Amino acid sequence: MSMSDMTYRDALNLALKEEMRRDPSMVVWGEDVALYEGSFKVTRGLLAEFGEERVRDTPISENTIVGVSIGAAMGGLRPVAELMTVNFALLAMDQIVNHMAKIRSMFGGQTHLPMVIRAPGGGGSQLGAQHSQSLETYFMHCPGIYVAVPATPADARGLLKSSIRDNNPVMFLEHELLYNSKGDVPDDPEFLIPLGKAEVKREGRDVTIVAYSRMTILALEAAAELEKDGISCEVVDLRTLTPLDSETFVASVKKTGRAVVVEECWHAAGLGGHLASIIAEECFDRLLAPVRRVSGLDVPMPYSRKIEKLCIPQVETIAAAVRETLSQKY
Amino acid sequence: MESKLRAILSDDDLLRMYEQMVLSREFEESCAEQYAKGHITGFLHLYSGQEAVAVGATAALRRDDYILSAYREHAQAIVRGAEPLRVMAELFGKATGICKGKGGSMHLFAPALSFMGGYAIVGGQFPIAVGVAFAAKFRKEGRIAACFFGDGAVNQGTFHESLNWARLWELPVLFVCENNHYGIGTSVERASALPDIHRRTCGYDIPSERVYGMDVVAVHEAIKWAAEWVREHNRPFLVEAITYRFRGHSMADPGKYRSLAEVELWKSRDPIPAFGNRLVAEGIATETQLEGIRQQALATVAEAVAFAEESPWPEDGEVWEDIYV
Repeated sequence: MSMSDMTYRDALNLALKEEMRRDPSMVVWGEDVALYEGSFKVTRGLLAEFGEERVRDTPISENTIVGVSIGAAMGGLRPVAELMTVNFALLAMDQIVNHMAKIRSMFGGQTHLPMVIRAPGGGGSQLGAQHSQSLETYFMHCPGIYVAVPATPADARGLLKSSIRDNNPVMFLEHELLYNSKGDVPDDPEFLIPLGKAEVKREGRDVTIVAYSRMTILALEAAAELEKDGISCEVVDLRTLTPLDSETFVASVKKTGRAVVVEECWHAAGLGGHLASIIAEECFDRLLAPVRRVSGLDVPMPYSRKIEKLCIPQVETIAAAVRETLSQKY
Repeated sequence: MESKLRAILSDDDLLRMYEQMVLSREFEESCAEQYAKGHITGFLHLYSGQEAVAVGATAALRRDDYILSAYREHAQAIVRGAEPLRVMAELFGKATGICKGKGGSMHLFAPALSFMGGYAIVGGQFPIAVGVAFAAKFRKEGRIAACFFGDGAVNQGTFHESLNWARLWELPVLFVCENNHYGIGTSVERASALPDIHRRTCGYDIPSERVYGMDVVAVHEAIKWAAEWVREHNRPFLVEAITYRFRGHSMADPGKYRSLAEVELWKSRDPIPAFGNRLVAEGIATETQLEGIRQQALATVAEAVAFAEESPWPEDGEVWEDIYV
């Protein structure tokens, strides 16, 4: 398979362009996605290639961006809308939760919504409390929508293409700190990563780290550090939160007997609790230590660099959690 | 009553509109009865009194024009062609319901009829209607999207966002406000800084009109004109129909916030006898014919109730179906 080294941003951009070329019913819109080419430049070059019929700037009306996408999807199009940041998805929660997630079911399966809502998010850029949130649990909590959380450029490309082709509505959450990250990406225009398939990003024998999005990258760094001390970590990247591929991480935990779950979102009622409960239910007799969670701190994100860092899981905190779980014995 | 009905519509069309109004009324009154018996549960918002709006408007639209509505939408669905049998079964929560019993009273949907749903979050349907209109324009289908909503919905942000967007992108949306004077128990004067709803579109450069919504022919004429304007210009228009609901907001609401005199005044404007009297006065129908239409409606509704009663409940496994494709 031929590969190109490219950024997460460019991988997403390529996926959008390829799918737009492939499917004339696909439209892209959002705040500043056309003329300005996207606040994070993921939509660069789209307006020039596809014109303003298909690539459109919208008013700052997040709830309506989602609602118009829903209507367009029901009307036979395949919209991919960008919310400038996931923080603004909170203004669109009515359309996301009450409409996008419910329409197929409450209308008895008589329609479907082939649409994607892309939303950059995550913390660590000193953007303050209102621009640094990790809201993946909010969407994962709601049946009726899929949630994609790619960690690498290859996954970004393969998952976005699958999300666009899928006939279910997808919340596609990109991490702002990953846009410049680079990696090998298959050139094949049919390179797709199925929704609902986690990946073992690194094999190991002593402990399983379950992560997603940027936390996968940090988990891999932690695993590399720990290896120096002879600790062998298996890193499972969820890639999508809904559908959740619990089989893959359950199998891994059964193999290693120990689990550390890493989430960037808040600890209280975060998705890590859900993952930990699945592990507890499925692997209880195989666990050699309690499941540990590494989460964002339960505080609104502070601006100051020094204390912002405390609020987001770091390589060291993940490594420390691994060491702690290894220190416990039953 | 100056205009002669025959100068506007054919006898068949006029009688059809009368039939639909009567069927809508009888359907709703039957729903009230079934609710009292416990066969229909949950929320039940009835349309009695507002029939001239759904009937006049739907008759003025093309068959393939999209219709989106809110939670008081039984009549809109039936008038558009949804089978009363399957609508009643839906209200009973039966598997034969129009949405397999998963939607209920507030979520009727019939895509084959271009009836794009009842939505139960006030104002939630505005942006969806804009999106449907975008798709219609993008695909050059020549269809418009008629978006029905109540007076309460115009104070939601979605109303303003969607009007702005529809005008900005020049989309064929016909906004139809059914001003029945109350958002649950709060009168439009107590909820809207500018209660003349049709005037509120000026901030978005959208033309609008107000029509007396107890007169089915007046509604028909206004919507006909507006729909053609929307189709021709590919731009939104708003019609405000002044109407009244004879019952409370829902079956749980005795409606004590309205004076008896007010309710009686509006009941004296009941659109069904008003229209029936005109049909008789202009020699289009006899009293006997009108009574025949009512009997037919009662029979249709009785059949719908029997069908709903006899229909099976959804299987337990259905609970996992129809969520994802």
